[in-house]
Amino acid sequence: MLKTIVIRVALGLLTLWAVSILIFGATEILPGDVASAVLGQGATPETLAVFRHELGLDRPSYVRYLEWFFNALHGDLGIAMTNKRVIVETIAPRLTNTLFLAGYAALIAVPTSVVLGIVAAINEGKFIDRFVNIISLMTISVPEFFIAYVLILYLAVQFEVFPSLSTVFPEMDFSEKIYTAALPAFTLTMLVMAHMLRMTRTSVLSIMSQPYIEMAFLKGLTRSQVIVRHALPNAAAPIISVIALNLAYLIVGVVVIEVVFVYPGIGQFMVDGVAKRDLPVVQACGLIFAGAFVGLNTVADVLAIMVNPRLRHPR
Amino acid sequence: MKLFGYKPPFTAWVGLAIIAIFIFVAIFADFIAPYGEAESVGQTWDDPSFANWLGTDNIGRDLLSRLIYGARMTIGVALVTTILSFFIGITTGFMAAVGGPVIDQILSRLVDVILSIPLLIFALIILSVFGSSITTLVLTLAILDSTRVFRLARAVATNLAVMEYVEAARLRGEGLWWIMRREILPNALPPMISEFGLRFCFNFLFVASLSFLGLGIQPPFADWGGMVRDNGKAISFGIPAPLWPAIAIATMTVGVNLVVDWILSINSRPSGASAEM
Repeated sequence: MLKTIVIRVALGLLTLWAVSILIFGATEILPGDVASAVLGQGATPETLAVFRHELGLDRPSYVRYLEWFFNALHGDLGIAMTNKRVIVETIAPRLTNTLFLAGYAALIAVPTSVVLGIVAAINEGKFIDRFVNIISLMTISVPEFFIAYVLILYLAVQFEVFPSLSTVFPEMDFSEKIYTAALPAFTLTMLVMAHMLRMTRTSVLSIMSQPYIEMAFLKGLTRSQVIVRHALPNAAAPIISVIALNLAYLIVGVVVIEVVFVYPGIGQFMVDGVAKRDLPVVQACGLIFAGAFVGLNTVADVLAIMVNPRLRHPR
Repeated sequence: MKLFGYKPPFTAWVGLAIIAIFIFVAIFADFIAPYGEAESVGQTWDDPSFANWLGTDNIGRDLLSRLIYGARMTIGVALVTTILSFFIGITTGFMAAVGGPVIDQILSRLVDVILSIPLLIFALIILSVFGSSITTLVLTLAILDSTRVFRLARAVATNLAVMEYVEAARLRGEGLWWIMRREILPNALPPMISEFGLRFCFNFLFVASLSFLGLGIQPPFADWGGMVRDNGKAISFGIPAPLWPAIAIATMTVGVNLVVDWILSINSRPSGASAEM
């Protein structure tokens, strides 16, 4: 089992390295170069030369990649092009905010969706199952900002329960932060809950067709007893990996939600960077998002290996 | 009533009707819309009235007209993207399946790496380099999305490539391109059709999200994601202006999904198998 896990983690690191090349390489595939693309047609050769030197574009790309990569490993993500500030200093508090928001949403979403998924599986075909199914289908097919604006309209404007803008400050105490970030957290919860809920339901139900479950029924156990005692332990592996995958999805969903609620997180920072075409900022944010995504996917696989006895021995 | 020899259930009819209406509106926007796309007809966020059925937007343009013109842009861009993405994805996917292990390994590993970055993040990086014109938007999304199509096309084609009739075509001396087009493609189409609907939905929502972030379709063109962005502030005054385009987006996705569900039930493929991000 240890060997499988080590291989998986090594693969994760390898992916991360390949991803870093891709993120860096994406800025190199331009015909011409970044400087002329950013400055546009009107730039004089002198400004172009100055700009190129500033970005280090007068050196070969592999040198710049290695420098960027090793600096990133040391926690130095470079300097923003637009305001000349050290990116790490701007990103650090925003990253904390984003992690707070994602963690907040995960804490609500994971238990609720697993419990609802099991409830739906126990009552398969009954009213509550169908109801949960329809609601989750609806949240999957609407854009994330739709949910956000509906929540704002009802919970912030009509009944003034929560603030519609979620500008958190470092000075706020914890309960205040929880209150201010409530609406974005609810929106994110609804976004990821549907997938988790449906997967929990499906994996519990797929195990229900196994012979040992039939045996448990024949012994005279009730449906809920069978599900909780016999089906759930074997359904745990797919459920856990779906949870980890959805947490990875949460990291991405955060981008749009932060913009809707003007939440000072890393997603908004990245969108601003893209609008201003501030490449070092975009690369840095991209690396962090991709790192979180790859990391959570690796964790999902490792957990699935640890939980599922059949995966513990490599063939 | 039957359609292509199958009897669609009620939900599929609803979906078909939604798609038909939206496409009709998109094509004949010039004749249906009461005002022009960028024509200013009132004050900021006027209430709905007889002249402006849904009221006006943040700079006094008629919301209904913008919504009608927006259908053209939003659906059009998503459709072109999906078609292009399928063209790239199917070609490369089939090539990986029938072109031998070297091509397969190169393409598959490349796709693995691209898939390990969230699509939105990758798109943002590329758009920050190229700027967001409609051409770059469509190309970027199509190439990124084709990685998903590649996966399915390769899986379907790998199963077909070992069939006797493909073997026979090979022995007959047919070329790679001929085998892909005449032997594999017709047999791979049924699962690809429902996938097309799902990928369309995904691209549609994706274009809307990017426009919402201000990085997709640029003004003065009306598009639903951008309209939500423009009118976002109205919601704090209790004006539902941003909700109309959002509802239009949601209706369209639900409509396509209803039809996809029906096609899936015909093919009896396990539903949701490829519905993930």
